[in-house]
Amino acid sequence: MNAARASFLALLVCWAFAAFADVAVPPLTGRVVDQTGTLSSGDIASLTQTLKDLETRKGSQVAVLIVPTTGPETIEQFSIRVADAWKVGRKKIDDGALLVIAKNDRHLRIEVGYGLEGALTDVTTKRIIDEDITPKFKSGDFAGGISAGVDRMIRVIDGEKLPAPEPEHWRSPGLLNYIDPFNPFVIIAVLVVGGILRTTLGRLFGSVATGGFVGFLAWLFIGSIAASIIVGIVAFIFTMFGDMVPAGGGRGRGGSWSGGGGSWSGSSGSSDSGGFSGGGGSFGGGGASGSW
Amino acid sequence: MRRFWTVLAALATLSLTNCGYNAIQTNDEQVKSAWSEVLNQYQRRADLVPNLVNSVKGFAQQEKDVLLGVTNARAKVGSIQATPELINDPGAFAKFQQAQGELTSALNKLLVVTENYPQLKSDALFRDLMAQLEGTENRITVARNRYIKAVQDYNVGIRTFPNILTAMAFGYKEKANFTVDNEKEISTAPKLDFTPAPAPAK
Repeated sequence: MNAARASFLALLVCWAFAAFADVAVPPLTGRVVDQTGTLSSGDIASLTQTLKDLETRKGSQVAVLIVPTTGPETIEQFSIRVADAWKVGRKKIDDGALLVIAKNDRHLRIEVGYGLEGALTDVTTKRIIDEDITPKFKSGDFAGGISAGVDRMIRVIDGEKLPAPEPEHWRSPGLLNYIDPFNPFVIIAVLVVGGILRTTLGRLFGSVATGGFVGFLAWLFIGSIAASIIVGIVAFIFTMFGDMVPAGGGRGRGGSWSGGGGSWSGSSGSSDSGGFSGGGGSFGGGGASGSW
Repeated sequence: MRRFWTVLAALATLSLTNCGYNAIQTNDEQVKSAWSEVLNQYQRRADLVPNLVNSVKGFAQQEKDVLLGVTNARAKVGSIQATPELINDPGAFAKFQQAQGELTSALNKLLVVTENYPQLKSDALFRDLMAQLEGTENRITVARNRYIKAVQDYNVGIRTFPNILTAMAFGYKEKANFTVDNEKEISTAPKLDFTPAPAPAK
């Protein structure tokens, strides 16, 4: 009986934790994510178009999120989590901004990326909230408040000098991130290949061939001639003098390439609603909050 | 002999990578940059304080004690040399944290007092300053959270095998982390007082 009571109590405790769990970050399905059904599809379409125009014109990404509640967290805690997960704004330029609205809590916040903190300062965002958004929210005009706030944010961003948006082109997928030159497996692979080439071509020619081959690969991946020459020389030296190390296999411990180094938590592959995904911008808690 | 040295060099490279030397370096740098951000935001707050005090002074001269408390706490914060090396010295770190905590509570007292001055609250300059202060406090929270995470990664990194061997060999020590200032206060239940308070003047 006692045991049953105890397990029941334990279950209750688990439920309590579940009830107090933080609200999950909503998936980034588009520039405007409305989980409350407040905006009509026409509102969402026109807002999305405005925000898309901003990105093609200036490069910065602005997104709008409406949730029913932020749970036990404050809106600041919730919105920085969303910002960290969505990563709107370009990488390194960090020119993203978020408008987060918790409808039932009657709180809202403009979260500003590092790169826009100079334009969308705390004071500016506070004024946008107090002067443009909350007066309309008070009268129940959510669509009007959001579009007025977004319009003013865009006007502020337009006045800021930002690096021009890059035209769409093929970018190197960052193979170098995956192939760390000092990764032990890369070194062993060089030793193994070098050993084979050395035994087939002789010490000097084998080493030269390995150095050239590795250097060529490095040039393909890195694209910098100087770096690839250095890598090639290192491989050459390794092959030339490193024959104490057995050239046979049998060393590989399987499964070290767990990948997953990317930090794209946005829905990067989605093609729905214009395939919007964050560009990797970071946030530091800038912006302002308000309530209505 | 030459073979021996090349093999030794190769092995040393391998073992350092495998024993987390690079990981320790990465985590160490991350802790440092997270800490710089914390210092940066605290500095931003300290820079705001004189303006805030001046703007309140214009409307609420009689609140001398509160204003003096803020000014003194600000001076104390300024007297502590906030260097990046602070994180390797638990004593200095605690002192720094205490000074910042005092400034936080002094500012909170000031904010409570300002509630009584509707004129002050509608003043444009004061409202701008309040927006900046709120933003800065939020940035401090974010920066502190990121620092806490970075230190956690670093400390876990140097305490797990085999990195611990590398850490011991190179003398990497655990880094100080933030604690709750008022641990005692929040672990005791708050006292409820239902005696009717004097009616606030409206």
